Amino acid sequence: MADVALPASAAETAGRREAQIAWLLASPAILLMLLFIVLPTIAVLVLGFTDFELGYGGFRFVGFENYADLIGDRTFRRSLWNTTVYTTIVTPVSIVLGLGIALLIESEPRGRDFFRTVYFLPVASLLVAMATVWQYLFHPSIGPLNAFLALFGIPGPNWLGASSTVVYGLSIIGIWQSVGFNMVLFLAGLTAIPRELYAAAEVDGAKSAADRFRLVTWPMLGPTTLFVTTISVINSVKVFETVKTLTEGGPNKASEMLLFTIYQEGFVYLRVGYASAMTVVFLAILVVLMILQYRFLDRQVHYT
Amino acid sequence: MNVFSLRDIRKSFAGNTILKGVSLDVEAGEFIALVGPSGCGKSTLLRIVAGLEHPDSGEIRIGDREVSQLRAADRNIAMVFQSYALYPHLTAGQNIAVPLAMRKLTGMQRLPFIGALRPGQRRICADIQRQVAATAVSLKIDHLLDRKPGQMSGGQRQRVALARAMVRNPSVFLMDEPLSNLDANLRVHARGEIVELHRRAGVPTLYVTHDQSEALSMADRVAVMIGGNLLQLAAPQTIYDDPSHVEVARFIGQPRINLLPAIRDAQGMVQFGTLRLTSPAEPGQAANVTLGIRPEFVQLRPESQGMLAARVERLEFLGSEVIVFAKLAAIGETVLAKVTPAEARGLTAGQAIGLQMDPSRMMLFAEDGRRLPSAPVSAAAREAVHG
Repeated sequence: MADVALPASAAETAGRREAQIAWLLASPAILLMLLFIVLPTIAVLVLGFTDFELGYGGFRFVGFENYADLIGDRTFRRSLWNTTVYTTIVTPVSIVLGLGIALLIESEPRGRDFFRTVYFLPVASLLVAMATVWQYLFHPSIGPLNAFLALFGIPGPNWLGASSTVVYGLSIIGIWQSVGFNMVLFLAGLTAIPRELYAAAEVDGAKSAADRFRLVTWPMLGPTTLFVTTISVINSVKVFETVKTLTEGGPNKASEMLLFTIYQEGFVYLRVGYASAMTVVFLAILVVLMILQYRFLDRQVHYT
Repeated sequence: MNVFSLRDIRKSFAGNTILKGVSLDVEAGEFIALVGPSGCGKSTLLRIVAGLEHPDSGEIRIGDREVSQLRAADRNIAMVFQSYALYPHLTAGQNIAVPLAMRKLTGMQRLPFIGALRPGQRRICADIQRQVAATAVSLKIDHLLDRKPGQMSGGQRQRVALARAMVRNPSVFLMDEPLSNLDANLRVHARGEIVELHRRAGVPTLYVTHDQSEALSMADRVAVMIGGNLLQLAAPQTIYDDPSHVEVARFIGQPRINLLPAIRDAQGMVQFGTLRLTSPAEPGQAANVTLGIRPEFVQLRPESQGMLAARVERLEFLGSEVIVFAKLAAIGETVLAKVTPAEARGLTAGQAIGLQMDPSRMMLFAEDGRRLPSAPVSAAAREAVHG
């Protein structure tokens, strides 16, 4: 009997040892995650319920007062709306352009590296530095953009200076910056499509490029498109540098965006509690968007 | 009547000549196997026929049409790919329907929602569904139509790929190693099925494979391609018994043919041990030749009997037969003999034996590989030579 029991308990001991070692090896990562991801998130959640202001010694819990204030806050509502407009313009346009450029680059082997690099440059460049260039491009009187429009007799708007156009101006910069990134992701997706599928489509009678795109490229890019959409939405909701450097939320709060408003509240007016409440709303919006996306898009996507 | 013919197809990629002028005629209802070692250009030739590659020069005729300028979609061919190339996001039924939908429906009609509103759409779709169902039944995959390729086994996917090719009535069937991704048992089974399907449909088929047993067992005629040349196109039996080139002889046959160096003298006489062959030759010209004999025509004899003295190197037992590897005493070449287990009984490595070769089964090849006519020298003639 003892002979039979012995190997079993030996295996058990070995299993326990292995589990211990696994925890030991994982502990640095777990510690870092707790320290840098979980704790800050909890801190923001907790601070959102306080009236903490930077520089004051103490704070008190105010319950949902911050959130109640948010509902009536016109600046916050404005920035929520602006961010929505910005995201609904930048995300689809940068995805469609990114895919289009990727298809063009993929179809023509000549100059592939050159074009890939050129379109990726905006991603690699510093947006804060490039903002100056955009300021010049968008300048109402000396800017080349309006000079170009004037050629066709169109009076160019004061892109970043007028409250009616400033969000669109920022959107153009946003698109310019994210097209290259989306393109690189789509290029990677395109190279992963088996060549034999295109040969099969050709034999099956898909004569036009549009037919082959519908039959092979688009379905096979599904996982890539889902990923690109997710990243694009997150990146557009997070718009900050252009607002900070070019418009400071102006004119007349016409270009207030979520992250900029949070920054103003937290680091300019030092109302950390209130800014934390905004951050919670910001995170909640992102999480809901991601859940919706994966619910609706994931079903359409085929993973090989 | 030729339903399909290739004339002098040439192709090179970046300075590498892949096809060096291949010509091929396929008759109605024929099953042609294109066989050769990897890199011989057989797949390239198939892709050229399909219209997926374009030849540098040459002519492709399908029926009475010259098609080398036509796109793959306009050639009325169907192809089965090595990886099956099924659309992974479509169900088996949808996969099979693609070639029909692409040809019968306009781009507008194929759009979701909008397409349903177009005139005639419903009737055409019902028609397509009927054809898909009929094809599926004939391939016994009608229970799989709602599954996606990812949920099917290799054998099932292979059938769906076949169904997709068969659903339309193509004028030529092209198959690119369609069985190479199946396991050995299934492969032998699928061979029979493809032959049966071909017999029923009667569509001329070009079947690319690197597996000689597939080629010999399935095809009406076998085309052996080596190094970008089509060396021989003939019935399997002819390819095996009567190869026209030393490379064909070397490639076809398991275990491989015995090839032995010999010299043909100025009188056209070839002597190897006590073996003699005559071969008509340009008089006064001695030349190096190669003697070939299949292992099944090499017989074992006791030591110091038979034509050649040899020593057993090793034995391979294969169940119904035994392959004897014997090193010739005279020139050190290893000769393979295929014998029955009874004949091999008692043989051990290192044992001295004699080898007898059937002179009527000897083949003679020139130095450049061409087959040379040859005949065994009869006993009477031998007497005369020796005087």
